[in-house]
Amino acid sequence: MAQAVPIERKWWSGGKSPFNVEYGKLMMWYFLMSDAFTFGAFLISYGTIRFSSNSWPNPNHVFRAFPFTEANLPLAFVSLMTFILIMSSVTMVLAVHEGHLMNRRGVVKWLAWTIVGGLAFLGCQAWEWTHLYHHGAWWGHNPFPNANGSQASTNFSNFFFTITGFHGFHVFSGVVINIIMLLMAWNGAFDRRGHYLMIEKAGLYWHFVDLVWVFVFLCFYLI
Amino acid sequence: MEQHHHTFSPEVSVITHHDSGTKKIWKTFWLLLVITLIELFLGLTMYWFPHMADWLHTAVKGVIIILSLAKAFYIVSIFMHLGDEIRNMIMTIVVPLMLFVWFIGAFLWDGHSWKELRNDYDPYKKEQNTKKAEPKEHEEGQKPGHLE
Repeated sequence: MAQAVPIERKWWSGGKSPFNVEYGKLMMWYFLMSDAFTFGAFLISYGTIRFSSNSWPNPNHVFRAFPFTEANLPLAFVSLMTFILIMSSVTMVLAVHEGHLMNRRGVVKWLAWTIVGGLAFLGCQAWEWTHLYHHGAWWGHNPFPNANGSQASTNFSNFFFTITGFHGFHVFSGVVINIIMLLMAWNGAFDRRGHYLMIEKAGLYWHFVDLVWVFVFLCFYLI
Repeated sequence: MEQHHHTFSPEVSVITHHDSGTKKIWKTFWLLLVITLIELFLGLTMYWFPHMADWLHTAVKGVIIILSLAKAFYIVSIFMHLGDEIRNMIMTIVVPLMLFVWFIGAFLWDGHSWKELRNDYDPYKKEQNTKKAEPKEHEEGQKPGHLE
């Protein structure tokens, strides 16, 4: 915010970044903005098709399975996935925080937990996809009837697998980025560089993945 | 400030130690968790009371959407530290995203209009909506989907 900038400093007179952020970080923000439009376009096309349908499958009836139990637990598993992702977002902020303090051990510790969280989320998603697949849902196949009992089109499965798949791909690439960051931090690359700004940029990407999940969770499971 | 200057990349002139403690992070975590639990509870009310009045149904969904936007705000502002950046930088990101207001409104409106038009002019579609789907027993015994 503005209080970070002393009044006498003339940001726009040249030689200094008017935004007081590193080039790479600013570009990461702009990349994430463009990615937000990509996800937004996916979710809005889903919404448009849903609005053009007379009825739609009820998520509480579709998403009600939980591993190792036959019980009817609507939304329980996806809530666990949401919790895992929020938790890994917290460990990522803590890694960034330790980076500001130039504490290598702290960065390594929290990044490792973030990677564990990301892998746990991917594992959950793999289980959910497998489960739905064995119930006959896949691209082009939708076994779930509409909420009013009428025959549903395959739109539901197509959008579900495409959008959660695209999100899962982001989680996967986020985990890969975090592993690279972990190895670099471990080897002291950021200490030699004199700053941990790279962790901040990886953190921005990771939080964005969590941010997108908020809306995927909203559009597919809650409403 | 100046002794920091040369150790950081030249673009960063002022290092803002905005997060001196982790208290704010954990506070945000609990906030996100509580909002998620409320959302979940509201989502389940639609399952527990399937014969809820239409207006109430819409209202519950509206509240869930608003709560999700609140979650998004906290993630972006606190976890991504956008709230700590310079206002002009925030605006270069937030202002283009305003396009979503038109984007969502226009497309959902169009979807709705398409539904109404087809119900008016396509008797087949309207008839399909009143027919019950053949019981498929999707709990078990459903043959798996096929990969083409």
